[in-house]
Amino acid sequence: MRVCMPTTLSDACSMLADAGTAGRVMAGGTDLLVDWPQRAHEHDDTIWIDLSRVTPLRRITCADHVLRLGALTTYWDVVQSEQAAEAFPLLKQAARVVGSLQIQTRGTWAGNIMNGSPAADGVLALMAYDTTIELRSTAGVRRVSLDTFYTGYRSTVARADEILESIVLRRHRYRIQYFEKIGTRQAQAITKVGLALTQDSADHSWRVVMNSMAPTVTRCPALEGVLSAQQPMAGPDAWLPIIDADVSPIDDLRSTSRYRRVVAARLLHSALADRCDWIGQ
Amino acid sequence: MKRIEGISKLTGRERYVDDLPLEGFLWGATVRSPAARGRIKAIHFGTDIDWSQFVIVDHRDIPGPNEVAMIERDMPILAASEVRHAHEAILCLAHPDRHELRRAVASVRVEIEPEEPYLDFVAEPTQSQIQYGSDNVFKHIAVNKGDVEQALAEADVIIEGVYETGAQEHVYIEPQGMVAWEDDAGVLRLTGSLQCPYYVLNALMHGLNRTAEQVRVIQASTGGAFGGKEDYPSIIGLHTALLTLKAGCPVKMIYDRGEDLAATTKRHPSHIRHRTGFARDGRLLAQDIDIRLDAGAYVTLSPVVLSRCVIHAAGPYQCANVRINGQAVMTNRVPFGAFRGFGAPQSHFANERHMDAAARQLGIGPAELRRINLIRDGQQTATGQVINDGTDRVGLLDDALSRADYGRLREAHRAFNASNPYRRRGIGIATFHHGAGFTGSGEVDLASVVNVAGLADGRVEVQVANTEMGQGALTVLTQIAAARLGYDTNDIVIAPADTALVPNSGPTVASRTAMVVGFLIEQACDDLQAGVMQAAACDQRPVGAHLKQAIQIVVSQTEDHQPIIGSATYGKPPDVHWDEATYTGSAYGTYAWAAYVASVEVDLRTFVTTVTDFVAVQEIGTVLNEGLARGQIEGGVVQAIGWALSEECLWDEQGGMSNAQLTNYIIPTSCDVPLNIDVGFVENPYAYGAQGAKGIGELPMDGPAAAVLNAIADATGVNPTVVPMTPERLMELLVPNE
Repeated sequence: MRVCMPTTLSDACSMLADAGTAGRVMAGGTDLLVDWPQRAHEHDDTIWIDLSRVTPLRRITCADHVLRLGALTTYWDVVQSEQAAEAFPLLKQAARVVGSLQIQTRGTWAGNIMNGSPAADGVLALMAYDTTIELRSTAGVRRVSLDTFYTGYRSTVARADEILESIVLRRHRYRIQYFEKIGTRQAQAITKVGLALTQDSADHSWRVVMNSMAPTVTRCPALEGVLSAQQPMAGPDAWLPIIDADVSPIDDLRSTSRYRRVVAARLLHSALADRCDWIGQ
Repeated sequence: MKRIEGISKLTGRERYVDDLPLEGFLWGATVRSPAARGRIKAIHFGTDIDWSQFVIVDHRDIPGPNEVAMIERDMPILAASEVRHAHEAILCLAHPDRHELRRAVASVRVEIEPEEPYLDFVAEPTQSQIQYGSDNVFKHIAVNKGDVEQALAEADVIIEGVYETGAQEHVYIEPQGMVAWEDDAGVLRLTGSLQCPYYVLNALMHGLNRTAEQVRVIQASTGGAFGGKEDYPSIIGLHTALLTLKAGCPVKMIYDRGEDLAATTKRHPSHIRHRTGFARDGRLLAQDIDIRLDAGAYVTLSPVVLSRCVIHAAGPYQCANVRINGQAVMTNRVPFGAFRGFGAPQSHFANERHMDAAARQLGIGPAELRRINLIRDGQQTATGQVINDGTDRVGLLDDALSRADYGRLREAHRAFNASNPYRRRGIGIATFHHGAGFTGSGEVDLASVVNVAGLADGRVEVQVANTEMGQGALTVLTQIAAARLGYDTNDIVIAPADTALVPNSGPTVASRTAMVVGFLIEQACDDLQAGVMQAAACDQRPVGAHLKQAIQIVVSQTEDHQPIIGSATYGKPPDVHWDEATYTGSAYGTYAWAAYVASVEVDLRTFVTTVTDFVAVQEIGTVLNEGLARGQIEGGVVQAIGWALSEECLWDEQGGMSNAQLTNYIIPTSCDVPLNIDVGFVENPYAYGAQGAKGIGELPMDGPAAAVLNAIADATGVNPTVVPMTPERLMELLVPNE
């Protein structure tokens, strides 16, 4: 195992390019520690590019209806940033339910995106907004909508030589902003069912996002369609067929497919029945 | 009195086994079975490892019999030709570099010719699954009182129920760990995280074929145990010792959390069936109880766990006709072992849930049904033990109900539930008891010995093998000796729990330390005072400063300034009679009694149960140290809430634990338990406990699961019968799948 500690982003990109398939980028390192040291030997040949000394990447900037988070911006940085928390309240909500306080102060939004876990709470909140990510390599910068970033379980459109440089959220005005995490307990838990909703005040468009319900954190076009059409819903069970069109929850160590579907339906119904008079009780 | 070792633990200065200074040592690790059951065909050592750098121990390196000495000697130290459960130890390896050692363990492939495992302890085993006797039953215990069939035939109402509980992992903060080395005199020394130094000593003597003088076991500061370090340290201790003897240098073996979760003992899963006859007015007429415990692959402590489970199964109630049949069944799972409560939590869960279900069917309030049946002085338990301790058990219940504001809350919950779209509140009760000390004739068989030594400077050293593991034993035993001698607590020293330095005062288990060992300390203190009185020719028993001065003088007059020793050996209280053959008589010298009340809120969107309030009232004899006693109750309640709602061992197809990580084995955090646990003590001194104390440590594990599930039943109207009652299980009850 080798660890490289570049001090500039361009050095980091070169090191990653040189490392080829052995290269891996590290920011807060919190996901890495989950299996460490038990599985350390699996990384005997890995070349780690540790970004922690590229300090400009920690910056949060908030200007002209755009919030920009750097590759090293932590959950806690967003909690502490009044502007960020005010403009995008779901980010703060998500940040406070990720892991423990120690993880919140060390874990990064960029790492949460790049690790590709279907249970990523940070991604759930980010995807509920109009979010683009900027991927840098020695070849330059590429912009990708977060909605289209994931291609399957822990796989993304990012190339092995690309580093997530920044996360760009475009600010809209929202009529509804909702975030709910149902974990295996009240704190320090992995999500069993996660749901985030936003409705744009201007064009009334919806974003419905779920995590731990599919191989990736995902937007739910069928649910968004039903909401846009203002289709009445008789009760929680009426949501189930539409949920099934969007996601495919599984039985695993933490929960069951049935629980995830039933709870998602109930959360959707109780969240929206209060906020949308056309849904019905 | 504040905890003696409190500051050093709080500030991180306390040294646990992994922190002890050690030089020139190897790390030890274990190669384990991948299969539930089968014959070991071959062991393949990976070609990517330079094996000449490793010390490798297998069953042929064991100097004595390949047996871990416990109640039975059925468990091998290292599997020789067959394996009986996944993660069973087969080889031990040692190497200076821990990283290399992990690579090496991963590169060993054990080839097993599989045989059909027996994994479902509730189902009758097929012929090919039978591995013990004719039915895989390790131990069968029966209690018979009165005529159950006759009473059931005459009962107005018969109520039946089946109750199940799952395995629970101890999750002591510090995983299992040991260090072994041979000293210059050829004595094999072992130090580590453990509860019972003499258990480990006996296992080492047997397996290593050594005399008591050739082995020495020293407890290191221990970061929690809960029973998980009662029997297992004998196994990891033997492994570490075998590596040391072969390597010729010290060896340190520390489990990581995953290995600890997968390979060490847990609470016995249970399946308990009740068939109960009631009179229409609520009087218990007959209790017919069948108990089946999953014992796992080897006997370990299962017969005594079953014993406690059976004895507590009928609850703290008067009933003339009781039949209890208990079985501990061998399966191809990790051996289940000691865990706080030791069989009683399973019994009380089943019985207290059943009482609630019965109350509903009888149309009698749950509190009233208990008031009617709680045992009164002069009445007999299921084993025919006459209870006559003067404790007002009905008063205890009423005290708990009034602290919980039970009557008003029941009304308030009804109104709340009628108006809220998806939140449901409920309140539940459990009344229960816990026998203190060893079961039956256990204490007599132990014949514990305690010494106290008057030192040259006048201080007194308490010499016991009982251990501090987070529960506060050091502090309480110091208090007991100081009070008895009229000493300042600073003038009492507790000797290290080192088998070369202290007598065998029995294991630190069964809620016996403060009560039984503390009582022996008082007697040994009396003996010391008598000895000093005689040696110093005093007219009266010296206490306090006089005693200290007298000890200084007496010791200074002896050759080599040898300490003066006071001693005591356990003697049975006169009114305790137990018949092991018929399972009748005084199962325990005394019982602690309790009434707990839990309030919950269930979210019908997520099926998450939140315990919102908890009241725990108990009679535990004299409260020796209120802060520590309160800590024991609060901790036990939290651990039991975890067992009730979230802690679940999931098993893979080979019977191994598939969620052996703390991310997926869900213990409660401080956000998952009520902010306030209202702890109440009623004091009724016990004549044979130190200062009148009874046992306390296990009691709070027994009641909360039933109280919480009774509250869920009250909130939602369903009849939950399984712990853990996870949100997924509760959903299946509330929204059954069509």
